Amino acid sequence: MLEKIIFLLCSLSALSEQLCAPDASDGYKVRLSIKTALGDQAYVWNKNEMFLFRATLAFAMRNQISGQDFEVSNIVVCDETPRVSFWFVVTLPANSSLLVDKEKVEEAVRKSRNRINSAFLLTDKTLEFIGIPPTLAAPVKPDTPPWLIVFGVVMGVVGAGIVFLLVSSVVQRKRKDEKTDDEDIGEETRVKTVENGSASEGVYNMSFSDDDRLTKM
Amino acid sequence: MRLVFPNRGLDLRIPNYEDLERLEKEEASDRPKWDNKAQYILTCVGFCIGIGNVWRFPYLCQSHGGGAFLIPYLILLVLEGMPLLLLEFAIGQRLRKGSVGVWRAINPYLTGIGIASMLVSFLVGLYYNTLIAWIMWYFFNSFQDPLPWSQCPLSDNGTEFVPECQQSSTVDYYFYRVTLNSSASIADSEGLHWPIVVCLLAAWTLICICYIRGISTSGKAVYVTAILPYIVLAIFLIRGLTLKGALSGIKFLFTPDVDELIKPTTWLDAGAQVFYAFSIAWGGLISFSSYNPVHNNCMQDAVILTAITGFTSIYAATVTYTIIGFRATEKYDNCVSENIITLLNTFDLTEDNITTSNYEEVFNQLNSSYPDTVLGLDIKTCDMHKLLSEGVEGTGLAFIVFTEAITKMPGSPAWSVLFFIMLLCLGVSTLFGNIEGVVVPLKDLHMFPKHWPQEALTGTTCVVAFIISLLFAQNSGLYWVTLFDNFAGSVPLLTIGLFELLAVVYIYGIDRLNEDLEFMIGHKPSIFWQVSWRLISPLIILVILVFYLVTQAQEELTYLVWDPNSEEFPSLATIPYPSWISAVIFLLAGVPSLAVPVYALFRLVFVCCKKKFVSRPKIREISQSD
Repeated sequence: MLEKIIFLLCSLSALSEQLCAPDASDGYKVRLSIKTALGDQAYVWNKNEMFLFRATLAFAMRNQISGQDFEVSNIVVCDETPRVSFWFVVTLPANSSLLVDKEKVEEAVRKSRNRINSAFLLTDKTLEFIGIPPTLAAPVKPDTPPWLIVFGVVMGVVGAGIVFLLVSSVVQRKRKDEKTDDEDIGEETRVKTVENGSASEGVYNMSFSDDDRLTKM
Repeated sequence: MRLVFPNRGLDLRIPNYEDLERLEKEEASDRPKWDNKAQYILTCVGFCIGIGNVWRFPYLCQSHGGGAFLIPYLILLVLEGMPLLLLEFAIGQRLRKGSVGVWRAINPYLTGIGIASMLVSFLVGLYYNTLIAWIMWYFFNSFQDPLPWSQCPLSDNGTEFVPECQQSSTVDYYFYRVTLNSSASIADSEGLHWPIVVCLLAAWTLICICYIRGISTSGKAVYVTAILPYIVLAIFLIRGLTLKGALSGIKFLFTPDVDELIKPTTWLDAGAQVFYAFSIAWGGLISFSSYNPVHNNCMQDAVILTAITGFTSIYAATVTYTIIGFRATEKYDNCVSENIITLLNTFDLTEDNITTSNYEEVFNQLNSSYPDTVLGLDIKTCDMHKLLSEGVEGTGLAFIVFTEAITKMPGSPAWSVLFFIMLLCLGVSTLFGNIEGVVVPLKDLHMFPKHWPQEALTGTTCVVAFIISLLFAQNSGLYWVTLFDNFAGSVPLLTIGLFELLAVVYIYGIDRLNEDLEFMIGHKPSIFWQVSWRLISPLIILVILVFYLVTQAQEELTYLVWDPNSEEFPSLATIPYPSWISAVIFLLAGVPSLAVPVYALFRLVFVCCKKKFVSRPKIREISQSD
């Protein structure tokens, strides 16, 4: 009797080991980079951590497939390396020699990825499921593009400045015109030397330079 | 040397000393004036110190032997730049006119020089303001966290990024696709990209308001635009020196390689850089110095400006390379970490097995024991030297390398805002000189009605320039900007500078200029100036010009494009220009350069025809009266 039980147990474990192998068709490889993620605070990977992993994955499977009570024993792990990487397969709770399909496992992992990550204080990059790409965080998109706001502010200030300068120059010119009108009425005989001095034709107007320079006798 | 061409009527065209004294005393001229000397110096500094000091000089310095490049640069600064600077200051201050007026006064046949300066200033101003528009776009987009160029957009199914972004990088994608929406060649224009149109509008409006009343408004604006860059550079220097890898950048920049001094290209590049850095032959400096009082010490100004330009170039280069060193170190560390992870994953070793310090030996060990596996991994070689020398000039430096470095610094939006505001100030202050070199000659050539006020002149010029610069808002705009940069701003400036020098030395007369300087500042210029004006500077410019023409003629006309479908993607692909580009190049480079002889020829023909026309009826009159 005892021998039969031992034989059964051995064959069961042998069977489950056969179910789980590297490059298994319904299995996934997991890779953890604990030291990269946590540095000095890194914990050591041991059997207890592995137990937590199997429990978390059973939790993920329960979330995905309702009605089925996955247990820790349904998550079979093999090919552990010092890198901290291993392969796992998921067996059905009803029949432990049948494996759950790859797609269902993938969906389950995707759904509960955040919970699995936080159980180990890791991220999508440091807890990798090879073959299940993480859904990338969408880039932050604010409702009003901020650049329009800044643009509006700058253009508003510049526009106000232009209007102010134009209006002030028009007002200044009006005031100057009134002043020169008053002066004209008073002194009509004053020669306007200013215009003569700044000829822009390229020909310098000689009207008020000394005649001695030209007519040397 | 008494070699001066006969120049009749010169005294009739220019004010003599007594008139200048009288104008000065009575302040009877209605020409604008500087409020104080500081405004004038700051305007000139702002004009000379432009974006090129940040993104061209450091690259030249590093690629031509680092610290050793400073030797030809400083020598040519003094032998080539300073004499030309004093020349433009002196004739502007003496003849008290803008660039067209000055050359017309020296000899009406030389008006072509002024027209050429105006054309060059206009063409350069168009594409320069487009760069300002791009800077403004980045500036507007810096007010958010995280910065938009640090993320890639997701593709439709949400599991990966857009392939164009995935293959290149977030900053490349943001510049070439989001900002510019670049097409694959200069011929595909595919319509206007409206964010750039909007930014161009902002840029031209900003220039308009700053220059709306001429130097009375721009003179106030330069207090900000000329001083702020120095403050920002100081902040960046302090921040940069505290970053990891900054010192490797500076070491890379300044490590002298004396062998480079023997190569002629080093000296030629230094000479060209000095020439462009001083904004000579644009006409703006002549205009600015004509608003000075007659007895202003322009010789001192020229020396001060030269010193400031040299110092700023080295200062900006140092700051730039601290940031470049930081970025290169980051990238190198990332590259090594990635390789380490790849090795760890392949050989399933514990994480502590390979660190950055023992990476090399472990790699060699693994390579010798499992050469095939290691080869299959396709491990990238991490080359610090290559990382330090990539993309470090021109738009690549500002919009790709620097933006990437900024995303890695803590508090990136603040640094981004500071950086782009600095570039904005540098560019805008150069544009003041530019627009001065366009508006004042247009006024002297009577292109505008006389009664129009300054505001109308500035406004019209800005509106017309905005409409023409919509050419750069197309999807192929980047390639047009590069075209303009290569052809409108190189050969024509050298030609005009040469003509200017020859005109003043041999047509106006160096002796006359010496007397003028004695009248204005109290003493004649020393033997250094005499020799450099007559001999050294023209020779240097001639050599650079010939070299440029020869290399341009030999080179195939090709340009770099951003083509996601090309094989070299994400590197820029090199494709030849279309055939009609020669016509455009002729317009950009040939027309301004040829404006001088062509105008002189036209005037000759015109004067001859007029003489014949006038003399014939007179002869008839005389013969009839007898």
